[in-house]
Amino acid sequence: MSNAEENNLKSRREFIKNGIRYSLVIGVAGLGGITAFRSTAGETVWQLDPSKCVQCGRCATNCVVTPSAVKCFHVYNMCGYCDLCGGYFRPGTKNLTTAAENQLCPTAAIERRFIEEPFFEYHIIEELCIGCGKCVKGCGAFGNGSLQLQVNHDLCVNCNECAIARHCPADAFSRVPASDPYLFKGFDKKRMGV
Amino acid sequence: MKRLFINMLVFLLLFLQTGALVAQQRFPKPEFENGHTQPPTLTPEPRLLFLEYLDVFVLVTALLVTSWFVLKKRSRKGVFWTSLFSLAYFGFYREGCVCSVGSIQNITLALFEPGYKIPLTAIAFFLIPLIFALFTGRTFCAGVCPLGAIQDLVIFKPTPLKPWINKMLGLVPYLYLGLGILYAATATDFIICRYDPFVGFFRLDATFMMFSIGVIFLLAGVFIARPYCRFFCPYGVLLNWMSRFSKNHLTITPSNCIQCRLCEDSCPFDAIEKPVTVKIRENRDKAVRRMILTFVFIPLLVLIGAWAGSRFHENLSMVNPTVRLANHIFENKENISAETEVEITAFKSSGKTTEMLYQEAAALVNRFYWGSMILGAFLGLVIGLTLLGLSRFYHRTDFVPNKGTCLSCARCVDYCPVDREVVPSND
Repeated sequence: MSNAEENNLKSRREFIKNGIRYSLVIGVAGLGGITAFRSTAGETVWQLDPSKCVQCGRCATNCVVTPSAVKCFHVYNMCGYCDLCGGYFRPGTKNLTTAAENQLCPTAAIERRFIEEPFFEYHIIEELCIGCGKCVKGCGAFGNGSLQLQVNHDLCVNCNECAIARHCPADAFSRVPASDPYLFKGFDKKRMGV
Repeated sequence: MKRLFINMLVFLLLFLQTGALVAQQRFPKPEFENGHTQPPTLTPEPRLLFLEYLDVFVLVTALLVTSWFVLKKRSRKGVFWTSLFSLAYFGFYREGCVCSVGSIQNITLALFEPGYKIPLTAIAFFLIPLIFALFTGRTFCAGVCPLGAIQDLVIFKPTPLKPWINKMLGLVPYLYLGLGILYAATATDFIICRYDPFVGFFRLDATFMMFSIGVIFLLAGVFIARPYCRFFCPYGVLLNWMSRFSKNHLTITPSNCIQCRLCEDSCPFDAIEKPVTVKIRENRDKAVRRMILTFVFIPLLVLIGAWAGSRFHENLSMVNPTVRLANHIFENKENISAETEVEITAFKSSGKTTEMLYQEAAALVNRFYWGSMILGAFLGLVIGLTLLGLSRFYHRTDFVPNKGTCLSCARCVDYCPVDREVVPSND
């Protein structure tokens, strides 16, 4: 094979390789472009919709962080400040005291403070809350539904696929824009100035 | 009578008032006499958007630095320290998410589910390493991927694998990639993220099963270098394809190979191609016969794959929660597990009818039918092309890295005795 021929062969090979490379670049970039064009969001985070939530308790057990990044949030604006709180007391409690046997919360994460007759304020101690949703169920059944499960974005590691979403029986988890990351129900954000 | 009427009026007014305040409240919000103000509902903010874009910036920088170390500086040390940084940043600080390996599924889901909103960072993490691979080889694997970096740390006694084992195990990533895409396209599950063996380490919070799998990978990695990267990683498949056409690629020698064989055993990943100097020209008849055989054989394999794949579609679709739920309700068994019961109760309270569920499930199963057929055909094609690659005759005079499987870790570079200054490279 002469030198010129060899050079020719080499440049032809080079040409084909270049052709393939740049078509791959275009292909890959095109794929990105198509997906970006079809539907993009700025950044999104996981959140659960309390109106779909059935309080099955899987939020407590399926999160990749322990204890779960799902916590009970108290929407004070909805709360009736009841003495007999369906989220605080076990059903059938005789004396409305803070004794452990009366409390619905398995980790005693709800704090009850006296305000004035007959009102009590309930606070969630976040470090203790495991996101089991027992209080949420109780409050929704007997009260205003001011206790709601939400993903706490301080704790959520924002997995590509949320492990709780995979196990949620009610399909309540979805990605929401990071600029508006909470989905409280019955709660006017604008009026609350949140 | 009048009193009852007034009572009703008061009640109605009260009802209207509370109704205007917040709908559906059983107990009206109290007005405190002692001036107590209600505390605000805490809403902790998510991570700053700026930090998400910082991740992309760090990715590009790490890729540039690794490529520079691999191609220009030819420094294994540099690559090593970059990979340690990436392990710390993408692994332990960012806790393994967002990662390029998993982003395949985001891209797939975005293509198949119009309702899915894909984050821009996921697109960036998918595209940038692939584009880099087209120009610099798999430098992503060498210095940026945290999953690779953690395995790279435990390569103490790498043992070369037999070529046939290498080729056989090398087919697994194609299957994994195919399954990952199938399940992402049917919006079932992100299996690549779910069975990521090291993310539990990064979060220091693994379940027992995932911890065990991770430990097994690391223990195996002592002898079989980077087993996850070579025999499982689905993103590695794409990088492999891209890297074969890369413009620049790591070279073992800085100038011309002198066939000293010093680098021969330096690669822990069996990615160095040995010279095949004997030039035996195959006789023409044999070559033609082989050519015809492959062109019959490959379509046959594709057809068999497609048929076999479509036979599996029902089993594959049982992973999908909707299909599974429809199946549970359809079978209507007596003794179901508590887990299933929760799902059935939740479905009943959602207000959907069983017919709607069945329709949804049937559509999904149909998607699985086509999906698993394509998956089977794809695997048939891959097996066929692998066989074709094995039967082809390569002529090679130097020790060169295999551009597809080389992870650009630059270990071999230190073994080459040739000085850069002696002979200027003519390539």
